[in-house]
Amino acid sequence: MEKFETVEVQSDVLILGGGMAACGAAVEAAFWAKKNGKKVVLVDKASMDRSGAVAMGLSAINQYVGVKDGQNTIKDYVDYVRNDLMGITREDLVANIARHVDSTVHLFEKWGLPIWKDKEGKYVHEGRWQLMINGESYKVIVAEAAKNALGAENVYERVFITEPLVEEGRCVGAVGFSVRENKFYVFKAKSVIAAMGGAVHVFKPRSGGEGLGRSWYPPFNSGASAYFTIKAGAEMTCQEVRFIPVRFKDAYGPVGAWFLLFKSIATNGLGEDYMQTRRPELEKWKPYGMVKPVPANLRNWLMMLDVKDGKGPIYMRTEQAIGAIVAKTSDPKERKQKLKEVESEAWEDFLDMTISQAILWAATNTMPEEKPSEIAACEPYFIGSHSGASGAWLSGPEDIAPKEYFWGYTNMTTIQGLFAAGDASGASSHKFSSGSHAEGRIAAKSAVRYAVENPNMPKIDNAKIEALKERILRPLELFENHKGETTDADVNPNYIRPKQYLFRLQKLMDEYAGGVSTNFTTSEKLLNKGLELLELLKEDSEKLGAGTLHELLRCWENIHRTWQAEAHMRTILFRDETRWPGYYFRSDRPAMKDDWKVFANCTYHPNEKKWEMIKRPILSIY
Amino acid sequence: MPSYVIASKCDGCKALDKTACQHACPNDLMVLNKETKKAYNQDPAMCWECMCCVKICPVQAMEVRSYADFVPMGASVTPLRSSDSIMWTVKFRNGSLKRFKFPIRTTPEGSAVPDGGFSSTDDLKSQLLFTEPASSGMKELPPVKALASVA
Repeated sequence: MEKFETVEVQSDVLILGGGMAACGAAVEAAFWAKKNGKKVVLVDKASMDRSGAVAMGLSAINQYVGVKDGQNTIKDYVDYVRNDLMGITREDLVANIARHVDSTVHLFEKWGLPIWKDKEGKYVHEGRWQLMINGESYKVIVAEAAKNALGAENVYERVFITEPLVEEGRCVGAVGFSVRENKFYVFKAKSVIAAMGGAVHVFKPRSGGEGLGRSWYPPFNSGASAYFTIKAGAEMTCQEVRFIPVRFKDAYGPVGAWFLLFKSIATNGLGEDYMQTRRPELEKWKPYGMVKPVPANLRNWLMMLDVKDGKGPIYMRTEQAIGAIVAKTSDPKERKQKLKEVESEAWEDFLDMTISQAILWAATNTMPEEKPSEIAACEPYFIGSHSGASGAWLSGPEDIAPKEYFWGYTNMTTIQGLFAAGDASGASSHKFSSGSHAEGRIAAKSAVRYAVENPNMPKIDNAKIEALKERILRPLELFENHKGETTDADVNPNYIRPKQYLFRLQKLMDEYAGGVSTNFTTSEKLLNKGLELLELLKEDSEKLGAGTLHELLRCWENIHRTWQAEAHMRTILFRDETRWPGYYFRSDRPAMKDDWKVFANCTYHPNEKKWEMIKRPILSIY
Repeated sequence: MPSYVIASKCDGCKALDKTACQHACPNDLMVLNKETKKAYNQDPAMCWECMCCVKICPVQAMEVRSYADFVPMGASVTPLRSSDSIMWTVKFRNGSLKRFKFPIRTTPEGSAVPDGGFSSTDDLKSQLLFTEPASSGMKELPPVKALASVA
């Protein structure tokens, strides 16, 4: 195998990731670090301009509370999030993000993000919390501010973080490798912020050919945050709370503008509105079934019941919605003008964030004003920033967190010096792009303070780093040593290629942990069998083979996904009920139980190589 | 699709050490073939169709051919991105065309100032983030305990 140079990078604060949360962390950390004479380094596996979930752009900012104009209070936001998550939420974390998010949105506007304004100069709302934007360059603009704050010399792009460095119970850095050249990186720091996104492709996607890559959340969100925090020994929360979005079928275009801005409804193939015909089902999920808006998972559930009964296809009634908007004016000229306006808004909604959906409409000659378009439930994703909740268990802010939720530094995990934000932080859903950025800022200020107040680092064991280097590069060596033994390097009994490994993981999760093919249904028996098979997969992860640095990246992304999968299965098994029926359904525990109104947490103890399952109480701050 | 590269147009970014598409792809898919000096997508089934490569290609050598496993053939969506706006040409399977132009930013490229012109406090221990409370549009941090909603 070719030689790999080891590159060591020292800093005070280390930001892992380059997406919205990491960019928020960068602007904030740079400011406080400069004031305190500290150095900040950021590591991104891609290029910051176009990395993370906002790479393509977005057509809306989904979290804006509007406190300064008296539109809403912080409590209003907390109420909304708690109800949407069926009571399982960290109110202190949600409130903390909510009180900072407007500031972040105002910064976006200053940096150059076009936010729609009405005639009086006020933001145009898509819904109560959502602002419409011209967001094609959303990420480019946010990354620009982050890079301007940090300085190019402190940004390491195309370096994939593989493993945490932990000494004496404190996170002291991370190791990884360049995906462009033969370099192994060791980043040492006094505090570390994990902001490496959520996890996609843990479950089998609906598309099996080229469309494999057309996941709703991006395929490059590969579980790095979950793996990093789990392997560091941090307590994790809501690992069972996956997210299944309902989107336009196949290309997964956004539905928010249609439901909220254009006031569209969805119906089944018979023209019935399942939100009306299935209303009695909501009684079963009281009190959350009775709140408005109906929680996302319950809206899914009512639709899924229609699909199970064979009442599809499910349609977004775009033609009715546009018809109703246009009918508001009687003047034919104005009507024509309005139709043009809505048409442009509808297409921009797709072009800004899901270009594939625009292509699908064009390829099927779809005119939304003429005919409805199908919607469907996507596959499950792990995303702490949206309507899922999986992530690390964090300390809340000192001034509002109950004492059980506070251990010294806001947004610090249960591991000293390790902070999390965005998809990496759990039980604080509905932060989306803006709230993730705000949370990155919260975590970064706290991480700088930690670095200032805890300057003496434990010694880092060099032998440990050498062992990690060997393990991380092993797929290259294994492939190199054996590839010549068969005439087709893809079929070789000595190693498994990353793509086949990915398919094996996805098939397993799909069939045993409640994926698309089982209608998101699972049970204790299925989960136990799934965990048994996952153990064999984990053993085989030692035999992943990589021919290139790109494949080495794929190998490690898949190992990361595997750990997210395990935490997920263990926690679904632990939670002895069904609480989010539209996310997953336990056929053997088909109802919600009062005594499970708790957090289901888990910790992996790296030294003993054992998982511990933990119940934590839900404490309200109101 | 999978993004693809038009062989006659790609100049491999004059075979510099990294091509524009290689720089842009968030999923590490674009590679430069060192012999032909042209780029290609090394794993089309992992492409998100985000078009970051298409938008950045300096010679318009990249396009997207939509996912063959579920999208009917014949349509295309083509972006032309400038420093302040983006123009989209949508070609339907039946041949009809639509064109849209949207703004993408309100400031010159590269000009984003981290603090946005807002002032900050110096207190590392306070709950106020940098630029706050000024950037909140409030005199102080929004209160968590205000119970009454105005909406």
